[in-house]
Amino acid sequence: MTGILAKNRAEIKDPEMRAVYASTLERMIQDGKKIVALDADLMRAIGTYGLLNKYPDHFFDCGIAEANMVGVAAGLSTEGFVPFVHTFGCFSARRALDQIFMSCAYAKQNVKILGSDPGVVAALNGGTHTPNEDIAALRAIPEMTIVDICDTVMASKLLPQIADTYGTFFIRYPRTSIPRVYDESMEFELGKSVQLREGKDLTIIASGIEVSEALDAAEMLSQEGIEARVIDMFTIKPLDTAAVEAAARETGAIVTAENHNMHGGLGSAVAEYLVEHCLVPMERVANMDRFGDVGSLRYLMDEYELSAKFIAAKAKQVLSRKA
Amino acid sequence: MITNEQKQELVNFSADIRSECIKMISKIGVGHVGGCLSIADVLACLYGGVMKIDPKNPQWEDRDRFVLSKGHAGPAMYAALGLKGYFPMEMLDTLNQPPTNLPSHTDMNRTPGVDMTTGSLGQGISSAVGIALGCRLKGQKNYTYVIVGDGESQEGQVWEAAMFAGAKKLSNLIAFVDYNGKQIDGTVEQVGGAPNFELKFQACNWNVIDVPDGNDVVQIWDAIELAKAERTKPTAIILHTVKGKGWTYAEELDNNHNFKVNAQQAAEACAEFALQKQASAGNGEKE
Repeated sequence: MTGILAKNRAEIKDPEMRAVYASTLERMIQDGKKIVALDADLMRAIGTYGLLNKYPDHFFDCGIAEANMVGVAAGLSTEGFVPFVHTFGCFSARRALDQIFMSCAYAKQNVKILGSDPGVVAALNGGTHTPNEDIAALRAIPEMTIVDICDTVMASKLLPQIADTYGTFFIRYPRTSIPRVYDESMEFELGKSVQLREGKDLTIIASGIEVSEALDAAEMLSQEGIEARVIDMFTIKPLDTAAVEAAARETGAIVTAENHNMHGGLGSAVAEYLVEHCLVPMERVANMDRFGDVGSLRYLMDEYELSAKFIAAKAKQVLSRKA
Repeated sequence: MITNEQKQELVNFSADIRSECIKMISKIGVGHVGGCLSIADVLACLYGGVMKIDPKNPQWEDRDRFVLSKGHAGPAMYAALGLKGYFPMEMLDTLNQPPTNLPSHTDMNRTPGVDMTTGSLGQGISSAVGIALGCRLKGQKNYTYVIVGDGESQEGQVWEAAMFAGAKKLSNLIAFVDYNGKQIDGTVEQVGGAPNFELKFQACNWNVIDVPDGNDVVQIWDAIELAKAERTKPTAIILHTVKGKGWTYAEELDNNHNFKVNAQQAAEACAEFALQKQASAGNGEKE
């Protein structure tokens, strides 16, 4: 599958991701989907505040009580509603983990949990608010689907698909403007990764904000004569293992790039598959098991070695190990 | 108000719930006896006339909903469901023996008549709040009932749920607190401090009804009727119950939360429950 990369993507001025979340929810409500959107006093933060009075039967502010909010969502799901539950990723995946486990996933409910500002995207909210363990925690819950959204096009195309796909989802979602990756004509399929660039020397498998960095890294490498395949693994669970296996067999080396702790995230998922099925040299770009810190997004991406130049460096490292 | 005849039916039903519950626990040899027996009477009221239900159609859209937030009392609920005909009584023999549809804690995906999966304490009441909200959004005229444990109420989530339900004025939600006063490690007061249920629920803008004898079906029934008359708030019915109620051995056992039960003990317990039926019938005739 070849993705449709946005032309001149660096120059595109996109709306903030939160605006896309709000407008997509509104579109789904207007389309007659039984959407209920719950929040824990962060409606202003995620851009849905203006919809609270416009759609009083669809938007509910549950206050600063995340555990209850997730439980209420599960109850609404049993009544046939499709709840979208938002709070910062630290509070959804960490604070309400047991509620996501039992009331949602174990109970086989149709709850969509949006964890905003994953990893370094927490930026000025700092280390207390930095979710670097959400994927690790949730990936160990059976039947969960975990999605890492990388731009506005993916957000507006995937959210309705997620609403229409029964099950408990966790969606990593930045709130502010992030670089565009895709052209508006791009279509996505849950569980199928997108190959954004072809390359014979190695494959960079990235998700979320790291997809844009991976594309930049591939450009840098190309200037040095190294051709990297780039895959957007936006569905982290279930993993698109066919794409991982093809990448390993066809390019012989893998670098994963994720905005998450090195333990239990995308890199772990890919490594687990490779070890059992198709062992090739692999390197990881990830948070190297450190707590988060406060700072601008760009600062943190360098501090935690997540930006393009670090991906390019890991690419060279993995190539040195390639037989 | 209920008639003497109705009262006797409920007393008989609660005794049967107790018997079936202890019999099924004795088959596997161990279980949450105390908290099952303390809620047998409220379950008898709910399944014996209060709730609008159809055991042949457990998913009937207009039914009243029920969530057992203290999910470990599953066996008591299974006894009520079996006796009401949700599934064949033989199924009760399978409690906790795979591949059973009656796991220790209630599971909506396994047992006909279970509206929500519970077990991790504090979560069921939030689900019940979501169910009540969902039913109101759909314009249904039904009620959602939930039983919360007194020990369970040490979970902060219970009060998150109470605040939200009060704020949303969910008058279609009726919560029972099984205030039997005991939990695994001691009395509720010793372990978690005075629970002050009345004050707490009132502070969350709930209607609160105190039932001095939460094992008396008449008092429970009357409280539910009062709760239904409240049109602006959710209602909490505080049931002062006895853990292990009805089986002297269980009532007197210091740690009666979860314990072993053999066949002989079960037979003795069932004999005691049968006597309670007879005694109640005798009283009814005299009145």
